[in-house]
Order: sequence, then C-alpha cells, then structure tokens
Amino acid sequence: MPLTMTTKRRLVTAALLAPASAWLFVFLVLPFIAMVVFSVGERGPAGGYQAAFTFAQYANLPARSAAYWNTLMLAPAGAFLCLLVAYPTAYYLAVKASPRHRLLLVSLVVVPFWTSLLVRTYAWMYILGSRGIPNLLDMIGIADVRLLNTPGAVLLGIVYGYLPLMIMPIYVSLEKLDRRLLEASADLGAKPLSTFFSVTLPLSLPGVMTGVALVTILLLGEYLIPQLLGGGKVFFIGNALVDLFLQSRNWPFGSAIAVTLVAIVVVVLMVAMRIAWRISGTRQVDLV
Amino acid sequence: MTSAPTNDIEFRSVTKRYGAVTAVSDINLSVPKGAFVALLGPSGCGKTTCLRMIGGFEQPSEGEVLIAGKVANGVPAYRRPVNMVFQHYALFPHFDVERNVAYGLRQLRPKLPAAEIARRVGEALEMVRLTGFAGRRIHEMSGGQQQRVALARALVNKPSVLLLDEPLAALDKKLRTAMQIELQTLQRDLGITFVLVTHDQEEALSMSDLVCVMSAGRIRQLATPQEVYDRPADLFVADFVGKTNRFAGTLEAGGTVRLGNGAALPAARADLAPGAVTVALRPEAIRLSRGTAGATTLEGTVTHRIFLGSAAEYSVAVDGLGDLLVTAERHSQSQNDLVAPGERVAISFDPGQTHIFPA
Repeated sequence: MPLTMTTKRRLVTAALLAPASAWLFVFLVLPFIAMVVFSVGERGPAGGYQAAFTFAQYANLPARSAAYWNTLMLAPAGAFLCLLVAYPTAYYLAVKASPRHRLLLVSLVVVPFWTSLLVRTYAWMYILGSRGIPNLLDMIGIADVRLLNTPGAVLLGIVYGYLPLMIMPIYVSLEKLDRRLLEASADLGAKPLSTFFSVTLPLSLPGVMTGVALVTILLLGEYLIPQLLGGGKVFFIGNALVDLFLQSRNWPFGSAIAVTLVAIVVVVLMVAMRIAWRISGTRQVDLV
Repeated sequence: MTSAPTNDIEFRSVTKRYGAVTAVSDINLSVPKGAFVALLGPSGCGKTTCLRMIGGFEQPSEGEVLIAGKVANGVPAYRRPVNMVFQHYALFPHFDVERNVAYGLRQLRPKLPAAEIARRVGEALEMVRLTGFAGRRIHEMSGGQQQRVALARALVNKPSVLLLDEPLAALDKKLRTAMQIELQTLQRDLGITFVLVTHDQEEALSMSDLVCVMSAGRIRQLATPQEVYDRPADLFVADFVGKTNRFAGTLEAGGTVRLGNGAALPAARADLAPGAVTVALRPEAIRLSRGTAGATTLEGTVTHRIFLGSAAEYSVAVDGLGDLLVTAERHSQSQNDLVAPGERVAISFDPGQTHIFPA
C-alpha cells in the first residue's frame, strides 16, 4: 500500500522529533512526574520518601520564604542589571564597532566561557573576601567593609557570570537591524536620540526579551553564585533544594519547593512571551 | 558670487572617495527648481552616492553640495529639507501605515496638534490613493502599496526636494509603467524638485525633464531626454541609452568616413580630426529594402527576425561589416511588410542620423 503524502510527512516529522522527545520524556517528564508524586508524600523515618497523599509539604512552603524572596528579588534584579550593562555593549558591538574588529570583539564576549564559572566565581570570592578589596580599603583607612556574603556580592557575581548570555541575543537583534530604517528615520527629521527610541529600541526588543527571559529563568535555578558569594546568608531556592535533598533528606518538602519553582518559571515565561508578542505584533518566536 | 537660489540642488566640484576608491569624481551639477532629474547609469557609476550626498547620508570628500542655495556639507540628514524614497522603501515594520506616514510630522518641534497630523496624513494617503489603509501593517501591503506608503511618508513633510532611489525597481512591468505616470503627475502637481536614481534608461527617458548620464563617477551628459537620445555626447551615452549599432571607420580629410568594407559616408561632424572613428547608428534610423542596392552601397542578408507586433527587429549580416540591428515599423498588416530571414536586403539611412565619435 503506497503511503499518502500526509502520512509520509507525518512519519518524517516523527522521525525528526523522536530522539529529542525520547530524551525529554525520560530525563524531564518522568523525573518531573516523580517530583510531583514525592511532593504530596511524606518524609520517611530515616529520610527519603514515604508514600502518602497530603498537601502538608506545600502548606510548609513559607518555612523557606527567605529562599523564595531572595530568588524572586535577586534573579529579576540581576537580569535587569545585566540588561543595563549588556545593551550599550551590544549596541557598540553591532552598530559602532568597525566591521574589521567586530568579530574579534564579539569573540571576546564569549571568552569567559572557556573557563568554568566555578573557577571564576571562586576568584570573586577572594577578590571580595577579607584578603581582597576590604583588605586594600583597610590599608587606606576604611576599615570593616564587608563585601562577601551580601546581596550585592551575589548581584555582582550574577552580572559577571551571565553578561555574555544577555549580550549575545541583543547583539544579534541589533546586528540584523536594517540600517536603512535608521537612515529613513534621520531623513524624516528624527534626531539620533529620537531614532534610537522610535526605531532601534523597539526593533531590538525581541533580543532584549530573549536575553531577559533566558537570564531570569537560569537565575531562578541558580545555585553556585549564592553558594559561593552569598555564603549561606544570601541563598536561593537552588541552595535550599540541595540542602533539603542532600543534607536533611527531606525529599517530599524539596519536591514541593521544586514543583513550585517550575510553576513560577512557567508563569514568568508565559507573561514574557505575551509581552513580546504584543510589542512585535506577531506570534513569531524570535529567540534569535 | 551668490545669486537667488534658482537651483534646488547644486554640486560644485564634488568628489567622494571611499579609501582608495573614487566613487564620484569632480562633479558639477545644477538641478533647477521644480525639475524632474534622472541620474542614469550602470551600477557603480556613482549615481546613488550623489543621491546620498544630497540626502545627507554621505559627506563629499571634496567640493560643495548646495541645497536651496545653501552649502549643506556637514548638515546632518535630519536637518535637510529633502526627503527620500528608499530603494526597497525602508518602511518601519513595527508601525502601521498611519504611523509610518506620520513619522516625519511627529518629529516637528514645536509639536503639531494631533488633529493636524491626522489631517495631513489623511491628505497624503489620499494623494497616493491609499485612503482606508491607515491601520494596515506594512507586511500586509503589496509591493506597489508599500511603494505608495513610502511616497506618502516622504511627501507629507512637503520637502523642497524629493529623492527617489530606484523606486520602481522592485515592481512588475505593468505596475512600473502605471507608477511612472503617477510619479510624473505628482511631480507636476506638487511642483517639487524630483531627483531620481535609476539604471533603467527607459524610466529615465520617459519620466524626467533632464537626464544626467553617469559612468565611472563622472557625468557624461546632462540634457533633455530627447537630446540625450538624439545627440549622445559620446559613445558611452549612445550605447547606454537606447540601442545602437557601431562600426569602425576612418575619417578622411575632406569629411568622408570610410567604413571597413570600403563604403564611404559623409561625416556628420566637422570638428573631428582625421583618423580612426566609431560610427553609431540607431536601429530605427535604418531602412531595409528587398533586392540589391541602388544608390546605397550597403547590402546584407537578414539572419534573424524578432516580431514585436507593431514593429520587427532584424539582425542583418552586412557584407564586409558585420551584424547590424534594424528596427522597422510596420505600416500595414500585409505579410509583404516583413522581410524573412535569408532574404537579401539593401540598407539605407540618412547620413545625418549617424553619430561619429573618435575611436
């Protein structure tokens, strides 16, 4: 029996998507289902999981409100700070830098990724720690400055670590911006600043939205930076999860926290996409 | 040496270099107020660079560009009283038609009242026959409609000069012809100076009052379309504007041109020194007649015929000279009017219609 065109097309689609689907099912969907099941269970006598059906874990969420508070404040704040630093940089790279140097400069943005974030964050620990900048300040008479283990240190680490992820999508959206639109704007009497706010900025918003969504979502699950630069004083949900699963072995409570975090990420993502759609006027997914 | 600005645009010894490349070389050009000028030339001839120097997107390396009698060197694009219709239109994709057209008006300080902006946008849209499209997004418009939006967006600002960069290049032939007529009508009604850049000689000849033929960064001829066609300044112009037959010959003392096959023509120019010359002849200036020559000395065999309806184009292998292109109008519908490939023909033309250039 010869296959019809639509059947064939469906088979091709299925074949193309099968590996990724299988991967996601085994390593994302199944673990997530397990987490949901755990989250309505109880902690076993020696830790771990014991079957039950109770929302007690969810009712207990306020016990970790500090972790939520830190994450939900510092992740968007970090993403916003990244944006403030990244946009001018990306603008320079895409618009002002001479084409001859552009490739080199753009590669430099990615160079930090050649070294592990762990190593680089450790370096910041020393720079901000008592033998680093506070020590130097002490030598010129400014004593007892504490930089490490503060929200500021965590924010600094976030901007440092996530800047390239913010620069790249903005750079791409600015780079593919049609220069003739800027000329058209000037031709119609718009001064440079007006051209920026009427043409450049709105047309680079898809890149901005992508960068902000990317960095925010990754930050919501951040563990390393608060661990090293927040030093147990400024901790994120990620740190709470490690604590619950590995230290106190309270799997159901950890699961409830994780499920809630996933729910928050989904809501954030949906809101971000709605906003992006409204601004760009299309439903085109423009993740660069 | 200032005079009342009767010229809207003036180039004084303008040169533009990009690194080692000279795009425009020592150009002098005056565009009278209210004229429709076409900058015509092959790609890379510098015509777009000239337009961009008027628009303020490029600055001359040497010389001066004057707009309405004032030196415009160094004046940024946003302070020039000119507007441009860009190639591929450069419409703002994130605005609807109305916001696109209103863009220039919204830049004015002090601010125009919203009602005034709406009124003028409405007028501009009416002028390009797009009333009712105000709320459309750009990507919902056809190429021809986008062209009109670009025109309205430029004209709404009442510029003293409108610059058009290959405005019709992206349109199909029928639409292009319609837009040519429309642009011409608009220009006459508004009395605004139009400067059009095109590589399409037909477009330049049909629309403009003045044609400026350019090549390799220089102006080859600046004249009316008829003048450019009938009296091309040099071989380049003769070749580029319309179709031309060329043959090599020798200008002899006494004003005779001796062609390669020995035929002699009276020279149409007396100012040339004897020596090697090129003779140019338009295809439609040539008449074919069946049989062998009487008074004329050129004969040949028809090798090809392209039937065009109202006329026919022939390729004739002329004895001792090579191929000649001939366009013959048809005067009746009889088959007799058309010469068939393979037939022997005599070739005649008025020597006054030849153009002779130094080779």
